[in-house]
Amino acid sequence: MTAVAERAGAPGAPAAPGLPARFRWAVSDTLTITRRNLIVWMRVPAYIVFTVIQPVMFVLMFRYVFGGAIPVNVPGGYVNFLMPGILGQTAAFASFGTAISLAMELKKGVIDRLRSMPMARSAVLAGRLVADTGRMTVTIVIVLAVGYAVGFRFTNGVGPAILMVLLSIVFGVAICCISAFTGLAIGDEESVQAFGLIWLFPVTFLSSAFVPISTMPGWLQAFANNQPVTYVIDTMRALALGGPVEANLWKSVAWLAGIFIVFMPLAVRAYRRAS
Amino acid sequence: MSQVDGIGGQPAILVEGLTKSFGDVRALRGIDLSVPRGTVLGVLGPNGAGKTTAVRILTTLLLPDEGRALVEGYDVVRQAAAVRRSIGLAGQSAAIQEELTGRENLEIVGRLYHLSWPQARSRATELLEQFGLTDAADRAAKNYSGGMQRRLDLAASLVGQPKVLFLDEPTTGLDPRSRLGMWDIIRSLAADGTTLLLTTQYLDEADELADEIVVIDHGLVIAAGTAEELKGRVGGDVVEFTVPDRGRIGDAVTAVAKIMEGSGEAGGEPIADAETGVVSIRVGSRGSDALVETVRALDAAGLETRGLAMRRPSLDDVFLALTGHAAEEEEPGGRRRGRRGGKRGKDMERTAS
Repeated sequence: MTAVAERAGAPGAPAAPGLPARFRWAVSDTLTITRRNLIVWMRVPAYIVFTVIQPVMFVLMFRYVFGGAIPVNVPGGYVNFLMPGILGQTAAFASFGTAISLAMELKKGVIDRLRSMPMARSAVLAGRLVADTGRMTVTIVIVLAVGYAVGFRFTNGVGPAILMVLLSIVFGVAICCISAFTGLAIGDEESVQAFGLIWLFPVTFLSSAFVPISTMPGWLQAFANNQPVTYVIDTMRALALGGPVEANLWKSVAWLAGIFIVFMPLAVRAYRRAS
Repeated sequence: MSQVDGIGGQPAILVEGLTKSFGDVRALRGIDLSVPRGTVLGVLGPNGAGKTTAVRILTTLLLPDEGRALVEGYDVVRQAAAVRRSIGLAGQSAAIQEELTGRENLEIVGRLYHLSWPQARSRATELLEQFGLTDAADRAAKNYSGGMQRRLDLAASLVGQPKVLFLDEPTTGLDPRSRLGMWDIIRSLAADGTTLLLTTQYLDEADELADEIVVIDHGLVIAAGTAEELKGRVGGDVVEFTVPDRGRIGDAVTAVAKIMEGSGEAGGEPIADAETGVVSIRVGSRGSDALVETVRALDAAGLETRGLAMRRPSLDDVFLALTGHAAEEEEPGGRRRGRRGGKRGKDMERTAS
């Protein structure tokens, strides 16, 4: 085992490592890429603004500016209604970073360099997703802390609260898979950003995230009631505040599984073909 | 395995009948290359000739439509992983992570080549030293000059100690001083025995660095040989001057046309540009003799000229001679296009295979 690893580690040695070593290297390469991505994230002030300050601003704006005008039928008032929604939106918007980073790396030739190296083929995408999941988790924790400071409370116990946070992370990773695909397929950071706005704003705002769907016009309700973001956020809301969970949970799980099944292979294919 | 035993006398790079199309665009229309170990091949051609496509196929980034390519005896399609263990690639832009320091960039590449952390660190230090980046090692790469970024990029391509190195236009966009620095580095890599494939748009660069040159145009190898051989075909050096009085360009052409007559050299007829007043004539290897005769001929004809000089043939001259059209496709009609498809161009296409 060690001998195999050492031979594979000798630079330029064309010896192909065996399967266990390959798995180990795939993990090691993924961690290396993750580490690189996290260092980059911490060094760019603009990224910190997008991942921390923007979501916090959303919480404060909806809580204090729009909140008073939005009547909800939820124990604890609008702030309790808002927080699951804003966590879902925060998780989804974290995927902007995924798409933009991959598009930039593609344009600058970084992905070409990595693809021409004898590293694990899966590591660039996996490392991106792991780093972005970490980044998203930090954001979610901060947003939750701000939510607590402005009056939000979990009213359904610790277990469901943890499940809610997990669901928001899984949801965010699913959206990151879509964004990884769009980032690699479009390959230009500005176009990718514009495209992200075009689809992410509607699907998050035309949902139950910020307002009760019953206040929307009928034709819009038809869309908002039957789209995955609403299923996920209704599930999160029920987990946080109590209420029937099951129906929406299964719908959420089905949608999220569908997104992974469709977009993971698409993202991998886009990475392989990237040019 | 068998492929390891079998590569003894094979060239480092072997390409046969490689084609690649993108939709309707035929980027490569069947190219053949053979690069012996430890030599430098210069691939010369204008933008869009197919140079980058060829490099991308050879570095396993792109699949060819037809033909085959072997690097260090490994097939780039079927044995891509083995190819990747043998090669390094430095592309047209600096493929580095700008937010990271030079050292971090190299260490991470080292880790991805499966060096241990201490190995990756010492390899990074070694390369930073070799490329004159030690002082800048701990600064973010985004604060590097263009030349430093390209050197870092080249250093990154060498972390895995590749046997074959692909350099896609390594000096494009660099200032003259950085360009010379890059040439020195490339020369020392070649001296260490690394096989190099280098694409360029500049004839002087290929001339300086390459043992062999192939000229690519529209996805075909249109000529191959040493720099001297190619220049021989082009007609050697070029004497060039400007006639300020546009009305006398005809006289100037008549005057200088005589200097190559009866010399038995593969020179050329003078070419004049009526708009700019630039007259040029290929003078083969007659060099300074031809220059002196030009001065005399112009003087005898009582012509006033500016900027009389002898220069080495440029990529444009090579293309003009080999293909009958200029390297830059935007060139409007005129004299250059007029020669397209001429007899000479066709002869050269034959030479290629």
